[in-house]
Amino acid sequence: MSRASTRFDTKKVNSELVTLTYGSLVAQMVKDIENPDDVNKQLERLGYNMGIRLVEDFLAKTNSGRCLDLKDTADKIQSAFRMYLGVLPNVANWSPAGDEFSFILDSNPLTDLVELPEDLKSLRYCNIICGAIRGALEMVQLDIQSWIVQDQLKGDSNTEIRVKFIRKLEDAIPVGEE
Amino acid sequence: MVIYGVYIVSKSGGLIFNYDHNVPKIETEKTFSYPLDIKLQCENKKVIVEFGQRDGIHVGHLLYAINGIPVTGRQLDDGRDVFEVLENKENYPINIKFGRAKMTTNEKIFLASMFYPLFAIASQLSPEPKSSGIEILEADTFKLHCFQTLTGVKMMVVADPSQAGIDILLKRIYEIYADYALKNPFYSLEMPIRCELFDVNLKTVLEQIEKFGNRGSTFVARVAYSPEKTIFHVIRCAS
Repeated sequence: MSRASTRFDTKKVNSELVTLTYGSLVAQMVKDIENPDDVNKQLERLGYNMGIRLVEDFLAKTNSGRCLDLKDTADKIQSAFRMYLGVLPNVANWSPAGDEFSFILDSNPLTDLVELPEDLKSLRYCNIICGAIRGALEMVQLDIQSWIVQDQLKGDSNTEIRVKFIRKLEDAIPVGEE
Repeated sequence: MVIYGVYIVSKSGGLIFNYDHNVPKIETEKTFSYPLDIKLQCENKKVIVEFGQRDGIHVGHLLYAINGIPVTGRQLDDGRDVFEVLENKENYPINIKFGRAKMTTNEKIFLASMFYPLFAIASQLSPEPKSSGIEILEADTFKLHCFQTLTGVKMMVVADPSQAGIDILLKRIYEIYADYALKNPFYSLEMPIRCELFDVNLKTVLEQIEKFGNRGSTFVARVAYSPEKTIFHVIRCAS
């Protein structure tokens, strides 16, 4: 719906606000939950809970239909990245079976002003994105796994988020749908 | 041009939102002499008119009050039984108020969960594979429009059969749901929607549709009246 997407554009906020808010959230979590692995888990859960709500917003505003293959899904998530983070990642590194792919982000607004201290090398700072992808896809009956392969915060040249298709949640599909 | 109500049913079939909009209130009050020429009956713990339709009192109407005393179930609020009062000749002339039965919240929840399997059956009955469920259910006094999102939430609008622009309305309700219910951090999924912002925005959209919906697609163009916006919307209608 063109009207909806135009309306969406009018509500842009400065990405630094997002960067800082997210930064303070992660910093607080690191303080509260000393073990970085637990922080990773919590971030993923947080993202998951965001994803299951955000997907409705995406569907309501883009008017998109059900995905029939993973390429379709990748395209839609790519446009969701643009909508919610203002970046357009590349979709690459497809597995031969076509059930796994990566999003390559050369810039990531969440990490814009961030440097990871030595003792937090195991922290997956952007894990919230993985959770959001998993939550959103679960609501449209796709079970996937998502994790970070490369991280700019750890010296890699890009941030790479891997998505692996596990199965279609057949029994959760609403009646009268595909 | 009327929209009677909006219902939202969750993925698991529970009614999470309902809103009555513009339901005409029909009440008739009349003084009767003995014997009463309207046949009344007690059904589902309510006293309803069974036979003898006249003067705006229709079969199926509910007995609201006798001599100004409200009736609950088959009892007057002062404890007397309705039928005993009506059979007693000494109580006449008697003033009785009739009206259309209002749906209780329980009945609404019941009906909403009833629609859920109907929707499923319709999709199974279909001669074509992969058919959707019921999208429009038409009766002589109303049309029920149903839109199921990819995540399984159903938005339903009960409207006058001639009301146009319901497709746009359903999409708008979905947007409002995504914005004001789901983005409210204190709203938990699958629970009834009690968000004031949601109600307010929904009412605005319903009023807009009722005012302009009968003009079909020009609806979008007319809503925003500022000149620049009008141009923007007209372009969209054309595309």
